[in-house]
Amino acid sequence: MFKKNNLKGWLYLLPALMFIGVFMVYPLIDVLVYSFEEGYNFASQTYKGVGLYNYSYVLHDPYFLQAVKNTFILVIITVPLSTGIALLISLALNSIKKFKDLFQTIFFLPYVTNTLAVGLVFMILFKKTAYSEGLINLLLNSFGIASIDFIEGPYWAKMFVLCFYTIWIVLPFKILILTSALASVNKDYYNVARVDGTSKWRIFYKITLPMISPSLFYLIITGFIGAFKAYSDVVALFGTDLNSAGMNTIVGYVYDMLYGNSGGYPSFASAAALILFAIVMTITLINLLVSKENVHYQ
Amino acid sequence: MKIVLEHLTKQFISRHNKKEIVTAVNDFDFEIPDGKLIGLLGPSGCGKSTTLNLICGLEEPTSGRIYFDELDVTDLPPENRGVGMVFQNYALYPHLTVRQNIVFPLENLKGEQKLDRETMNNKALEAAKLVQIEELMERKPNEMSGGQQQRVAIARALVKQPGVLLLDEPLSNLDARLRLQTREQIRRIQKETGITTIFVTHDQEEAMSISDMIIVMKSGSLMQMGKPQEVYSKPVNLFVAKFLGTPAINVFDGYVRDHKVYIGDDAVGERNVPDQEVHVAIRPEGFIPDPEGYFCCDFDRIETTGRDTSIVCHNNKCTSDDDIRAIVESDTQINNKDGKIRFRLKDSKVHVFGKTDEKVL
Repeated sequence: MFKKNNLKGWLYLLPALMFIGVFMVYPLIDVLVYSFEEGYNFASQTYKGVGLYNYSYVLHDPYFLQAVKNTFILVIITVPLSTGIALLISLALNSIKKFKDLFQTIFFLPYVTNTLAVGLVFMILFKKTAYSEGLINLLLNSFGIASIDFIEGPYWAKMFVLCFYTIWIVLPFKILILTSALASVNKDYYNVARVDGTSKWRIFYKITLPMISPSLFYLIITGFIGAFKAYSDVVALFGTDLNSAGMNTIVGYVYDMLYGNSGGYPSFASAAALILFAIVMTITLINLLVSKENVHYQ
Repeated sequence: MKIVLEHLTKQFISRHNKKEIVTAVNDFDFEIPDGKLIGLLGPSGCGKSTTLNLICGLEEPTSGRIYFDELDVTDLPPENRGVGMVFQNYALYPHLTVRQNIVFPLENLKGEQKLDRETMNNKALEAAKLVQIEELMERKPNEMSGGQQQRVAIARALVKQPGVLLLDEPLSNLDARLRLQTREQIRRIQKETGITTIFVTHDQEEAMSISDMIIVMKSGSLMQMGKPQEVYSKPVNLFVAKFLGTPAINVFDGYVRDHKVYIGDDAVGERNVPDQEVHVAIRPEGFIPDPEGYFCCDFDRIETTGRDTSIVCHNNKCTSDDDIRAIVESDTQINNKDGKIRFRLKDSKVHVFGKTDEKVL
């Protein structure tokens, strides 16, 4: 009886398992296999040997190291900043009564806007061409500051635009999650705190923050993962030749290794992808460990 | 601490129709004596909780003043009024242990009132002992039963030794057995501390059983206040008579002719008032079956629930319910002939109210 039911169960699961197998498990294993095949030839589908050379190559590739550096800077700057700003805006939204819906809509607009379209707008804002200085530069000039080429200029300027852009693009979702988390905190907690004479700061730190900690933690984890996987935003701002712009990201590097001008190296791409996987995994585990102490699920 | 409400009124703008003004509390003008347990009673939405919020300072009155003893607290924020409040859902901070919850109000103290950790812990323990939860200090709220959570909330409200303790529907989230136990606990805690305590409830039995005094409200207005038994036996209007008592009071269409009160053809009492239409309300315990009785009903059946035996009958003048319930001694001989049953009535259990103003006559 038990056996029979088991078979029936597997039969029910079969369609889903097939999809997962074909589109997730097989590619994952394949990436792992690729990453150890040395001298793999795309055209003949042959390889010379098995070993760690691909990893060694990738880890010694200055483009990859640049991409890792860019990605880490992006993550370290944008995740805390965007989460913090989103929290501030959500708290403000939560405390106003008039025009609340209007502001919520405005803050949510970037979320439904196309990434590339936003990239274009940022280009107009920041790009310096032969014909125009760009809006931001005009603003800077009016304060007596010399124009900066944000798109093709110094590294820090480009990084600034990228971080600015990333924060702006991830804010709406975070605001959405946090405003609903804040709204779902029972008002009685605040009333009790008021009757007990709790200061505003203490209410925030001791009540609000723990209450919304699951949402906050969710945003931080997905923020980390999302930022580590940054690619399309960078393309939208700096075009597809990211290596020469010095603005490549790890995912960008993987893509370039596969399809870019330097492409045709699935083994290097796979090795880079697995290194990214290891990094994201480590960061997520650290996050989980930290959260055990500080996140309060009800 | 006695609480004096002076022409206290609270109006809201209606949520559905912005032009409409809702009066949640209408001209409350009375005094709540020191050290008593007060039940604030009324149907849902009658303004009980608003009254409580006004007293504790979470809401500002539209007009009128509130005094604690001689001190005018109307413009004081809640934290400066020295009140403790327990909310209907207890509002215990779920991420803090019982100890941390109880200590929380003490940690808010600033300046000269600031306490050291040991004093705080001692005070918390003292409050916990009062409500008998001292063994649960390290638990989180979700590891406790509703009744225990309730007591933690009371301990937290008491830890600062407030002059006034306010309880908003303290028993409504508990099951029936726990409700009985908890209301005795509230009574005991109030007696031990002597803190003026007001609790809101829509359950009249709850209010009647433990209060020193009850205040009956209806749609923002004060109906009657007094000792529970007094309000029960001398209701000032039909609403109070109907609201108090289970089973509910039986109400009949009646009239007064020559100072005699009639239901149909049966004279059931006397009132020294002009001839008029009236409501006659008779408590279930006011009926005495008697074959020679002067009040006649159509007999339906006898019901026994626990120790109560009730005669269920009907009468076409009855307006409160299809059934008339008369609670009688279980050994009463009941004679019903041709489907009719006759009663004598206890005078003190028969109340007569005006037809339109519904006030007692």
